[in-house]
Amino acid sequence: MSDDAEIIKEFLVESYENLDRLDHDLVALEKDPANRETLASIFRTIHTIKGTSGFLAFNQLEAVTHVGENLLARLRDGLLQLTPEITTALLAMVDAVRQMLTKIESTGHEGERNDRELIDRLTQLLEAKPEVGNPSPAAQAGQDTHLSPSPVPEANVGNLPLSNPPPVEPRQTDESLPEKAAVKSQEAAEGLNPQQPARGQSASDSTIRVDVAQLDRLMNGMSELVLLRNQIVQYSNSTEDSELQGTSQRLNLLTTELQEGVMKTRMQPIGNIWSKFPRTVRDVALGCGKQVRIEMEGKETELDKTIIEAIKDPLTHLVRNAVDHGIEPPEVRRAAGKHPEGLLFLRAFHEGGQVNIEITDDGAGLDFEKIRNKAVQKALVTADQAARMTEREITNLVWLPGFSTAEKVTNVSGRGVGMDVVKTNIEKIGGTVDVQSRPGHGSTVRMKIPLTLAIIPALIVTTAGDRYAIPQVSLLELVRLEGEQARKGIELVSGAPVYRLRGNLLPLVYLNRELKVEAETEVEAGTKAKAHTKDAALRAADSSDNLSVNIVILRADDRQFGLVVDEINDTEEIVVKPLNKLLKSINIYAGATIMGDGQVALILDVMGLAQRSSVVAEVRDRAVTEKDAQGSDSDGGQRRNPVLLFQYGESGRMAVDLAVVARLEEFSRDTVEVASDQEVVQYRGHIMPLIRVSDVLKGECAQAASSQESLQVLVYSDQGRSVGLVVDRILDIVEEAYIMQPQKGRKGVLGSAVIQKRVTDILDVPGLIAAADGVEILAGMET
Amino acid sequence: MGAAQQFCTFFVKHEFFGVPVQQVQEVIRYQEMTRVPLVPATIRGLINLRGQIVMAVDLRRRLGLEDRPESELPLNVVVLTADGAVSFLVDEIGDVLEVEEKDFEPPPATVPGQLRDLVRGVYKLHDRLMLVLDTEQAVNSDQFETQKVH
Repeated sequence: MSDDAEIIKEFLVESYENLDRLDHDLVALEKDPANRETLASIFRTIHTIKGTSGFLAFNQLEAVTHVGENLLARLRDGLLQLTPEITTALLAMVDAVRQMLTKIESTGHEGERNDRELIDRLTQLLEAKPEVGNPSPAAQAGQDTHLSPSPVPEANVGNLPLSNPPPVEPRQTDESLPEKAAVKSQEAAEGLNPQQPARGQSASDSTIRVDVAQLDRLMNGMSELVLLRNQIVQYSNSTEDSELQGTSQRLNLLTTELQEGVMKTRMQPIGNIWSKFPRTVRDVALGCGKQVRIEMEGKETELDKTIIEAIKDPLTHLVRNAVDHGIEPPEVRRAAGKHPEGLLFLRAFHEGGQVNIEITDDGAGLDFEKIRNKAVQKALVTADQAARMTEREITNLVWLPGFSTAEKVTNVSGRGVGMDVVKTNIEKIGGTVDVQSRPGHGSTVRMKIPLTLAIIPALIVTTAGDRYAIPQVSLLELVRLEGEQARKGIELVSGAPVYRLRGNLLPLVYLNRELKVEAETEVEAGTKAKAHTKDAALRAADSSDNLSVNIVILRADDRQFGLVVDEINDTEEIVVKPLNKLLKSINIYAGATIMGDGQVALILDVMGLAQRSSVVAEVRDRAVTEKDAQGSDSDGGQRRNPVLLFQYGESGRMAVDLAVVARLEEFSRDTVEVASDQEVVQYRGHIMPLIRVSDVLKGECAQAASSQESLQVLVYSDQGRSVGLVVDRILDIVEEAYIMQPQKGRKGVLGSAVIQKRVTDILDVPGLIAAADGVEILAGMET
Repeated sequence: MGAAQQFCTFFVKHEFFGVPVQQVQEVIRYQEMTRVPLVPATIRGLINLRGQIVMAVDLRRRLGLEDRPESELPLNVVVLTADGAVSFLVDEIGDVLEVEEKDFEPPPATVPGQLRDLVRGVYKLHDRLMLVLDTEQAVNSDQFETQKVH
């Protein structure tokens, strides 16, 4: 009995694989009806299923495949021409077969079903106007499921002397084989048959099927072995024993090789999921009256099985989406001067240890206006914000939850699976996804996916005595500043450290401060203890002679930042272990790993770290609105407005958009009065509060340079009320193009830029007033 | 006898706790830990338990008690929770005890708040009381929420 079950199981596995190929082949055949090789391949698949189902007494399955086979035989023999009608019928047959197989898998029986209609439809097509007017025996066989179903090749030899493919012959002998081995031996026979033309399935005789669970166990074992190897290598490096060192060296190499091998066993070509897309595209296109051609490049690109599974649904969704929304109906395309048949192009390739997947359509592209309106309608942004958004920002709106421009809910889209789900799923496996669109020319969705999840290369760093792993994918480069460089290399933008990396300002994040861990080195200890302002930190650092700064330059989203760590150790292959979800919830650790010495090290989540340190906006979907609220160009694009340069405190240099400043005034010290603890002056018949810029920016400690006889004041007006911003010196007014790097987390500072070849902060006036509790000042003035 | 249940018992300072044996994966001596910055102090770190990474929760801190003296090393009671294995750092291990359902009572109203949240009930043993630790609650420090807002 269990023998039977075993046979059925194998039959199912094999049939499923064949069916997937069938979908693909049938659509391919529709494109190229003359392709006999494809036709023969389809015929063979159906024939195999029919043969085995007959043997296993799945009569309904046999009945359906039998008519299908006959139809195919006629097509193959050139007695019938392939029409879309026939393709649809054959695809319907494939679906019926698949349903039956599913039923068999779950219950062991075919179940009660009525396929009469389908069989009739197929039979009808079979009998429809035979073009050669010579009904082959197969046509009659169609009526009777008990007859030997294979067409007799001799009957057609006369018609098609050369193209009649030989595979029929070995199959006939197979049919007489009583065992399930029939299927196998047939394939083997085909492989061995020298006359058999190559059909791209030669691998069948050199592969075996392995249970996935078995591979998973192998992978787990491998992970442990890698850890053990790391431990031994580390230990051997600390001993003098040369024999041990030699052995561990070999162990090292061998493990690496073995690891690669094991990883390979889990790799699958992306073509495995793509092979379903031609069918998907055909169905969707047919459903919405479009003509779409699908092209693929890089089908053989391999990914880990778990990743393949994870991206399957998102990819399918994107493909359906592209056909449903992207590509226009034929008449619209024609009107736009395009080929009526749309093109969907899938491309996969390796780059930088990641797999890139692109889905490009040559459709209408995103309708920015529509998205803008939709976003306002759904209250994702305000109308005002929407109006000021760049195309790039609008494009990014499609990733927001609850966003769909599909006007009507079709059976294709609008089923609650939005682009946000796609994004979430891709990001869950450490990938990124991004869409680019040109109106009228189509869209491209590009994803970057890691090759595997289980073992990743990572950079190990040390901070405050603890090791942390940083996934290599986020790593751009390493910079080490020593001696003089370390002292001068790091500049401060109103207290926030930056480093000039080839002329661009790179924001720096100190890992120990971010993690709030006590620093171990004296320099850092000094930083912590003596000062809480970063200026002082730098001064403390200055005092140390033997100073070096290690900067790990990382990428988060499309931003770069430098992570300052105590020590950069090494790159290592690490095994990613999951963390308790409580620990994951703080979004700064991606997981943990076990180091060579058996200790646990945390894996940093670079994206989370960047968000935490405000390098990138905290919550992405809010990012757009925030940036906008600041009125800044979110891409840090070039701006060319006249700016006023001024000095605050003893050395602070700052710029403010001249448009923001209503007037420049100078007040004598004596005119300053104090009203309810607030410095004020009388100005044009009103009482104007004063805010000392340096006090706000540097903290309450800084005593304003009060020795001066007069005060330089920038007057800022908002809704008829004025506030005076006291600066120490007005330097210049310049009109110079500059690129602002947005900076969050510092009150009163929008960002920084290089102006007049010097790093200069850009003042955020409303932010500054808010920081100085000036909101109350303004409110107070009203009454 | 049908109502009898076995508990793995341990001490945290003077409190005597029990966890159903089915939930306990193992009890091990003190392990080196890797601290996890930015998490509540109740989480002392991560332990490598034969390749499995386990979070260690210090029950003294969780109960709001003072830290044990430096010289005393805690023991790990590794407990299975809904979110994988978690280790509780305790002071001392007791016996595995078999208790009767009839001896169970819900926690008295006078038990201080912080403790009451973590106690499912009390078994009245003949010489002492055994508190049944609510392991899920013990892990799920509410400080996480406040920490996150930050």
